[in-house]
Amino acid sequence: MKCVFVTVGTTSFDDLIARVSAPDSLQKIESLGYNRLILQIGRGTVVPEPFSTESFTLDVYRYKDSLKEDIQKADLVISHAGAGSCLETLEKGKPLVVVINEKLMNNHQLELAKQLHKEGHLFYCTCSTLPGLLQSMDLSTLKCYPPGQPEKFSAFLDKVVGLQK
Amino acid sequence: MVCVVILAAAAGAVAVFLILRIWVVLRSRDVTPRESLSILVVAGSGGHTTEILRLLGSLSNAYSPRHYVIADTDEMSANKINCFELDRADRDPSNMYTKYYIHRIPRSREVQQSWPSTVFTTLHSMWLSFPLIHRVKPDLVLCNGPGTCVPICVSAFLLGILGIKKVIIVYVESICRVETLSMSGKILFHLSDYFIVQWPALKEKYPKSVYLGRIV
Repeated sequence: MKCVFVTVGTTSFDDLIARVSAPDSLQKIESLGYNRLILQIGRGTVVPEPFSTESFTLDVYRYKDSLKEDIQKADLVISHAGAGSCLETLEKGKPLVVVINEKLMNNHQLELAKQLHKEGHLFYCTCSTLPGLLQSMDLSTLKCYPPGQPEKFSAFLDKVVGLQK
Repeated sequence: MVCVVILAAAAGAVAVFLILRIWVVLRSRDVTPRESLSILVVAGSGGHTTEILRLLGSLSNAYSPRHYVIADTDEMSANKINCFELDRADRDPSNMYTKYYIHRIPRSREVQQSWPSTVFTTLHSMWLSFPLIHRVKPDLVLCNGPGTCVPICVSAFLLGILGIKKVIIVYVESICRVETLSMSGKILFHLSDYFIVQWPALKEKYPKSVYLGRIV
């Protein structure tokens, strides 16, 4: 069973949820070989009706304590550009498509998506270009993401606050 | 007439005193050796909290007690913090049970709130942040960019100017910020003792920042 997991973190991203649950998107996702779509909708006001047929299942929920399980069982993650969602997905080695929320102030999330795309770790698009990207993308070209190193932070801080012996 | 002159002289003296204090506080980078230090952590919503908890996870238990400040409408962060602390206690039971505290203040700014009204809500947050900072008197304030951190850091800075306590202010710009600083970052760049960026483009633009690579 091939699964797509859509996440918007703690935000509301109605445009994405509406786009991805539209009948033509569902058809496209199924035609690409996926038979399960899980939508984590956060604070959103668009709440698609879950359903289950022989060939396809749509699950919808707002929050879970941890998205680790859903990311783990996904074959593709479509996410808003929040750092937490992106990093969790990349650290699990899952293919990631980031959808930019064009309605956000200054659209600061775009910078991270662009940078990680430049480094070959993900694809990004907007709600309107998502269907086209899903059709054309080649997930095998995505590169492994090396995790961050918080130990460098602790070493630095220990030194400057006088904790280091 | 004489009164006006005296008042003007007094105002001038206060201004000079304040400027001197600001200069002293900004310049002081004394490294006093110590065994532990109390830390106040500002946890903004969503990804901000995730990032800051990753940073905290790398810090030893010498950083205690830990005080967390969250926006009063942010239950998700409270849950994440409780899980983090429980997990930490589970993993290292040999350590003395470290106390941690969660404090709530009104949000300085809701997502997509207009900037003019943000000035008022930030001032309101300042009114409540300063008593909190004054009560806790942390050794170090750690934050990573949500609007909530501006009143907190300004309050911590004020503690120093007023000669009450010098608080080390450490600001880590979010990993989302690759080319440009956040609004909080721009405001707090000059106030913080250590301003950490996670991408080389920002280090180039702000040479006084600290660059350690990606740390979350």
